[in-house]
Amino acid sequence: MTTTTAVVSLPVLPPATGRAGLRGVLASEFTKLRSVRSTYWTLAALIIVSVGIAAIAGFGVASNIHNNPQNKPGTDATQASLIAFFELGQLIIAVIGAMSITSEYSTGMIRTSLTVMPRRGTIYLAKLIVLTTVALIVSLVTSFISFFVGQAAMSGSGVSASLFHSITIPANALVKGPAGGPGNGPPTVTFQGIETISPGTVLAAVIGTALFVTVVALIAFGLGAIIRHTAGAITSAIGLLFVLSIIIQLLPDSWRWDIMRFFPDAAGRVLSVTVGPSNPHLWSAWPQFLVTVIWAVALVGAGGYLFSKRDA
Amino acid sequence: MIEVRGLTKRYGDKVAVDDLTFGVEPGRVTGFLGPNGAGKTTTMRCILGLDYPDKGTVVIDGKVFRDFAFPMREVGALLEAKAVHGGRSAYNHLLCLAQTNNLPRRRIGEALELVGLTEVATKRSKGFSLGMSQRLGIAATLLGDPKMVMFDEPVNGLDPEGILWIRNLMKALAAGGRTVFVSSHLMSEMENTADHLIVIGRGKLIADCTMKEFVARASGASVRVRTPSADQLIRAVSAKGATVGTGDDESIEVRGMSAEQIGDLAFSEGIRLHELATVRASLEEAFMELTADSVEFHADAPGRPASVMIGNGV
Repeated sequence: MTTTTAVVSLPVLPPATGRAGLRGVLASEFTKLRSVRSTYWTLAALIIVSVGIAAIAGFGVASNIHNNPQNKPGTDATQASLIAFFELGQLIIAVIGAMSITSEYSTGMIRTSLTVMPRRGTIYLAKLIVLTTVALIVSLVTSFISFFVGQAAMSGSGVSASLFHSITIPANALVKGPAGGPGNGPPTVTFQGIETISPGTVLAAVIGTALFVTVVALIAFGLGAIIRHTAGAITSAIGLLFVLSIIIQLLPDSWRWDIMRFFPDAAGRVLSVTVGPSNPHLWSAWPQFLVTVIWAVALVGAGGYLFSKRDA
Repeated sequence: MIEVRGLTKRYGDKVAVDDLTFGVEPGRVTGFLGPNGAGKTTTMRCILGLDYPDKGTVVIDGKVFRDFAFPMREVGALLEAKAVHGGRSAYNHLLCLAQTNNLPRRRIGEALELVGLTEVATKRSKGFSLGMSQRLGIAATLLGDPKMVMFDEPVNGLDPEGILWIRNLMKALAAGGRTVFVSSHLMSEMENTADHLIVIGRGKLIADCTMKEFVARASGASVRVRTPSADQLIRAVSAKGATVGTGDDESIEVRGMSAEQIGDLAFSEGIRLHELATVRASLEEAFMELTADSVEFHADAPGRPASVMIGNGV
């Protein structure tokens, strides 16, 4: 490096009018997100895992129906394509949501950010808006790609879902003949009744699942603002979204469902459903989604309060 | 002009800053001195609003920092050089800062040019040396052409060339009429840079004076004398009311008389002198004497750390 003795030759800055506010900070937060590699890695992981498993699940469903045609009724082709996205994708997007705020603490960048823009509410709001926008776009894209790839993998199997026209599937199956044992041929199956799945139902599932995953990102963001530590925030998000529901499964059947409907991850199970009767233990899709939203609002609100009040 | 009034900040039951009041004037370099753990960084964090004081106020040109329309045009502060996201390039780091205050993009190139980082603008900052990180931090502070700059221990870990560069920068900024507030735990760093000194220890104000006053206070001069007739000289100066101590290598140290007075006295008494020299306590010694009672962690206290690392987490 060259020795500079005649320093400070920066040109004079033209005077500014107005006041630094949300618009500039939004641009700044978007720059922050797009200028680090971890953003691309995690988004790529989200898409690859969701779409990849949707394809595998599609082939799995196709093979299952081929060998066990009696399973055709009740097979939810839409949910089969989305299950990886809402079960595993939610964990990956939780990483993105948490890190959009905790990475500032782990690197110390938060002190620099708050020094150039000491209005903390503006910073927090900008982070929230940028994360919501990016998570929503990526979730919608992932959800649709997962759906289409999953359906392509199932094509020719006799089960499918469509966003463009109604699909009918049999409501009941009657199995006759050998029950699929080794050496026996496939059983003879006759079907009774039909169930019609409208494209609107499928579209609601694809979009609803994307909205659910977006809100999960905000839950993780709120936890990140409260905990201010990447590993801690991700662990608690996974605990809340994944581990807790496994633990609840171990509780007595008589009352575990009544607890489960109050947890943020329950919505994923009903939003993606397009076939069969609704789960009697959970609320229907959108009220159940509201539970997830309330969790997000509470955690983001608590995080925002602490972000403003605590020493940085 | 930064005005700190009655600032008190506690972390748990530990008082980091205790009822601190001082002002920092524009147009000169104000050194902020104190041993490690004296509360310098805490004070700076309270000035910036990173920490909320328990008591007291900080105003900058009459306003609380967060109320300025464009904060980067008022204060540029560098507290930790490593407080950046290492995965972000130097250019993008400065860009995301500049955008918050609606600064023009060309400013980023100019700032990088000024600190000599143009060639590594697109490189991720995690590969930067400490010196380069300091320069990046300084580029960030200057983006908004601020009226005030604040640096916390800016020369820590720098090579001599980097130290000189920062010194010249601070002097030039002050000469341009800006308020320059720079902390250090070493007097020697301030000796050639600061015009004014704020000295604190254990969170309390110890001195708030010009460098000249501090130098004058430091030169509680003694005179070193070497003579073959030491006994005779000691009797003579003692008779004049001076105090005498023994120096090293057979010299004696006289306090309370100037070198001229001692020389004249020796001449009239017929005492031969081999050496006659005014000894000034160095600024470093004066500083250490001043803060001796307030050093947070004495190196000689067993079982206690000699210094405290302020984390600069990566």
